[in-house]
Amino acid sequence: MIVLEQVNKYYGDYHALVDISERVDKNEVLVVCGPSGSGKSTLIRTLNRLEEIDAGRIEVDGRDIHAKGADVNALRAGIGFVFQHFNLFPHLTVLENCTLAPVRLGRASKGEARAYAMQLLEQVGLAHKADAYPDALSGGQQQRVAIARALAMRPPIMLFDEPTSALDPEMVGEVLQVMRALASQGMTMVCVTHEMGFARDVADRIWFMSEGKILEKATPQDFFANPQHPRARQFLADRRRD
Amino acid sequence: MQFFDPAILHAGQYHDWLVQGLVLSIQLTVISFVFALPLGALVAVMRTSTSTPLRAAGAAFVEAIRNVPLLAHLLFWYFAFPELLPDAARELLYANNPEVVCAVIALTLYAGVHMAEDIRSGIRAVPRTQLEAARSLGLGRIAAVRLVLLPQALRASVPPLLSQTVNLWKDTSVATVIGAAELMYQAARVETASFRSLEAFTFATLAYLTVSLMISAAAHLYQRRYPVRTA
Amino acid sequence: MLELIDTYWLYFLVGQYPEGPLGGLALTIVLSGAALLLAMPLGLVLGVARVSPWRALNVPVAVLVHVVRAVPLLLVLFWTYFFLPAVTGVKTSQAATMLIVLVLFDSIYLAEIVAAGIRALPKGQFESARSLGLGYGAALRHVVLPQTLRHGLPSIVNQLVSTIKATSLGYIIGLSEVSFIATQINTLVFTRAVEVYLVLALTYFILCFGLSRLAFLLERRLQRRPAAQAAGIMKASVR
Repeated sequence: MIVLEQVNKYYGDYHALVDISERVDKNEVLVVCGPSGSGKSTLIRTLNRLEEIDAGRIEVDGRDIHAKGADVNALRAGIGFVFQHFNLFPHLTVLENCTLAPVRLGRASKGEARAYAMQLLEQVGLAHKADAYPDALSGGQQQRVAIARALAMRPPIMLFDEPTSALDPEMVGEVLQVMRALASQGMTMVCVTHEMGFARDVADRIWFMSEGKILEKATPQDFFANPQHPRARQFLADRRRD
Repeated sequence: MQFFDPAILHAGQYHDWLVQGLVLSIQLTVISFVFALPLGALVAVMRTSTSTPLRAAGAAFVEAIRNVPLLAHLLFWYFAFPELLPDAARELLYANNPEVVCAVIALTLYAGVHMAEDIRSGIRAVPRTQLEAARSLGLGRIAAVRLVLLPQALRASVPPLLSQTVNLWKDTSVATVIGAAELMYQAARVETASFRSLEAFTFATLAYLTVSLMISAAAHLYQRRYPVRTA
Repeated sequence: MLELIDTYWLYFLVGQYPEGPLGGLALTIVLSGAALLLAMPLGLVLGVARVSPWRALNVPVAVLVHVVRAVPLLLVLFWTYFFLPAVTGVKTSQAATMLIVLVLFDSIYLAEIVAAGIRALPKGQFESARSLGLGYGAALRHVVLPQTLRHGLPSIVNQLVSTIKATSLGYIIGLSEVSFIATQINTLVFTRAVEVYLVLALTYFILCFGLSRLAFLLERRLQRRPAAQAAGIMKASVR
């Protein structure tokens, strides 16, 4: 589903992504973790070209995202992205947030878009808030709407950039629940997250990143029971101490 | 007759008129500034004081001046104000360049209240916790204001104050309405005398542009050298 | 004072109308409103150009803004009044000249309001719109600008106040706006200068202060909505 070939990125002199060559398969749930500044957010943002790359190639669903002259908008319409800070549109209702893109991009008629959006809102448990404005919702509710909004475009792949990091602890669970349901439905997902419980239960694979490199790739069982790389071990030890 | 004859800008009677106008414009700006800044500081302190009548008086003063255009202020001070003076004072005024005096009064008040607002927002930009922290260390109220609040407030106020100075410089042009012989007045005078409107207005434009851009550049440099550092 | 008002109130309000063109307070209000309305589309375009990532757009606009803001309105008024007829061959009336200059100035200041509003919007808004597949223009149209204009409304009302005050400069080119009419009345009556100019000041005060309060209330209402606090509200400098 996603192929990364020798991806490199620099911020000035700083080498933010170092020779990343990996694959993500269809229906796979991939969790990317690591200390802050490791490049995990940068990496996931290159997958829908919110960040540019300086070398290498990234293919999503068979198409080169970073090709010169590529239709970025069309490519992004096929990739769902959920932000850490939700980024719902405050001047639109919950329902309008979900129908804006499908309607404006000609994917669906107004009626079809509304119907599908309501279905998605039902799935995330927020159908009753369809006509509310984002500022009336809690953080957890807003993030669930953000997930529904991304799903409304029917993307074959969903990217999550630290979806629960900006939430109060008691709201993390409701969002993770939605993500688990999505995973069990077979959605291809890449999640940057600190939620190790989620990783352990739901991920098919875990990438551990540090200083722009993927230092360890393993299944959750292997990663948590027997981390190979010393920095991965340090990372897990630090988290256990919390 | 040439289309554009820069010669008249370099020498000759028209040149002299324009330069006199420019000099007066600069004088009006400087004199008004000298009075407006303390006035602005005073009004800003009134508006942020703990006493309600002082705050109300400050607010009323600002709103009364701010909501009337400068031109109307000039008309009032030149045509109406002298009527209110006792005869001796009025004679004194009329004998001593009344156009300039009235222009300075109007400009001072107008610029003063705008500066008051800038200083006030500078004071308000400093979080209250700064004063609390200063007091917690044992500093008295006046010392806390002087050593912690005002330095930060002034640093935040300088860029908008410089911007108001540019506005003041531009506003001196309106004094032409009461006959003050500043730059705009002289440019119009040259135009009437010689029909050289293009040269006269070009001179005026260059003069205004130069001084405005110099003041704005000063503001930029100040902001670079003394950036507002927040906690 | 009362008899003064009684005799001249109509002249003060509408000038020579209907025996002549519209004047007085009515002219002031009509000119200001028309100028602001006409300046909105231009201000919007310039503001978007100002924050666009293409240097060919944002540099010329930045230069234009800085130059226009560095010279007095009166100077631009003189330029237009003396040279526009020569350039276009049409003799423009004082009112038309004033309107053109006001539209120019308002669009520059509105451009700054729009630009500041766009810059104040959290970057995530634009990013999430683009992530859904909306293009640059669509993201601006449906996500960025609706929020910017909503938050910028108090500043736009303040700009109307500025414009009303700016119309007074028409006096100098002989436009029959309210300050000019007041001086005409003063010349006719001659001994009541204080009253005449106090009424003039009071008129401006009621109009401008009223509108400023409206802007203030709008700003308060906006700040009560927490989502709106994420985006800042810019104050244009009101003169």
